[in-house]
Amino acid sequence: MPATLFLPAVLAKLADAKEIRVSGSTVGELVADAAARYPELAPRLRDTDGNPYAYVTFYLNDEDIRFNGGFSATVNDGDELTVVPAIAGG
Amino acid sequence: MSAATLLSETPATADALPDLSPEEILRYSRHVIIPDVGLSGQKKLKAARVLLIGAGGLGSPLGLYLAAAGVGHIGLVDFDVVDVTNLQRQLLHGTKDVGRKKLDSARDRILDVNPNVELTTYETALTSENALEIISGYDLVIDGTDNFPTRYLVNDACVLLGKPNVYGSIYRFEGQASVFSTENGPCYRCLYPSPPPPGLVPSCAEGGVLGVLPGLVGTIQATEAIKLILGIGEPLIGRLLLVDALDAKFRTVKLRKNPECPSCGTREITTLIDYQEFCGVPQAAAATAREGELPEILPRELAERLKLGTVDLIDVREPHEWEIARIDGARLIPLATVADRLHELDRTRDIVLQCKGGVRSAKALRTLQAAGFTRVLNLVGGITRYSDDVDPTIPKY
Repeated sequence: MPATLFLPAVLAKLADAKEIRVSGSTVGELVADAAARYPELAPRLRDTDGNPYAYVTFYLNDEDIRFNGGFSATVNDGDELTVVPAIAGG
Repeated sequence: MSAATLLSETPATADALPDLSPEEILRYSRHVIIPDVGLSGQKKLKAARVLLIGAGGLGSPLGLYLAAAGVGHIGLVDFDVVDVTNLQRQLLHGTKDVGRKKLDSARDRILDVNPNVELTTYETALTSENALEIISGYDLVIDGTDNFPTRYLVNDACVLLGKPNVYGSIYRFEGQASVFSTENGPCYRCLYPSPPPPGLVPSCAEGGVLGVLPGLVGTIQATEAIKLILGIGEPLIGRLLLVDALDAKFRTVKLRKNPECPSCGTREITTLIDYQEFCGVPQAAAATAREGELPEILPRELAERLKLGTVDLIDVREPHEWEIARIDGARLIPLATVADRLHELDRTRDIVLQCKGGVRSAKALRTLQAAGFTRVLNLVGGITRYSDDVDPTIPKY
């Protein structure tokens, strides 16, 4: 399934774009697709075992994926996946 | 969830609300003529006790607007001194205040905006030892801190005490805001159960921040605080507002209370912990120490050796930093590219690595050592100290 991955500026520089087209049937596959195409982005999205970090949250169409199966959450055509890493500036 | 009942146990909505003087009614006339605020709302603001953690980027618009709005009692926690680099965004402080305690300049500014405000200042870092005592005297808390350990501390203390925590954080052109720790809403740990490892996420001091961004996010926090006090509108409970100043986009994503959250879910956190430890700060420092001492060079010695031509100076900062300031004779090889450009370096000569303050160049030095380079030195204090010790015409930033 084609979907759009939205990256915050801090990660966008690693993919040269704030929005990238990705493909997969689950959130984990979307993330893996992005990770394969942008190796420098990969370690910022998930750990070496392919699991999400506690300090980088993903929202599939604005819903927190952790309450919908995490990386196993299923993706539909045209879905939007937003990455929100923790920031602390004030 | 409506804000109407959030502060129902506070003095703000008790029967005996404070009276407003004719001067106050006139001062707040643009509030009291709004039906949703009215005289009773303005009295709630006067009765409210709000604690601001931090008098910096977020704390500045918060302090100014909450004072102007007529919040009766504002508490302010900060231990910092005004630095000239603060002035690009921290409107509580002016040029004349550089070198003063932030609490002193904040007091002057806030009381100038509204002398009716009762201001209590706490010249201390918020710690596990003092947080519960300080926070317990307030109706709600606004998190304007700049680091992860304090954010988790504020969260846990607010959950333990049942105080709403109006959250905001910023980086470069982007920000986040939400309202945590209400009776049925999520908390900061529901959003981020644990922090990133130290050093992974740059601070505003390291990565920069657009000066107006804390203005944007801080005024959103102030708006949420005022809504909570007045009991009007739909607060950002269970929602995270994402602000992208560069694209002029505001978007909210849904947050849920995590039933397994150790703070607000299972409630297994019953006392405040060591948040530096929780965030891995001492462990990271110990790991650095275990790696051993770095071979170093001081700025004055580097200057002598650059004159003699007996050393190669490699600047591992980013190109945009190179544009701001550079040391004559340096060559730019940004840290991220060092590993791929080792072949450009002469192993038979002494190599000095330099960045802004010495941290990134230390990482580059480790990379070179791992690749078998033996004649490598780290410039102590980076270009900043070089400017202090050798050449003050080099701009600091």
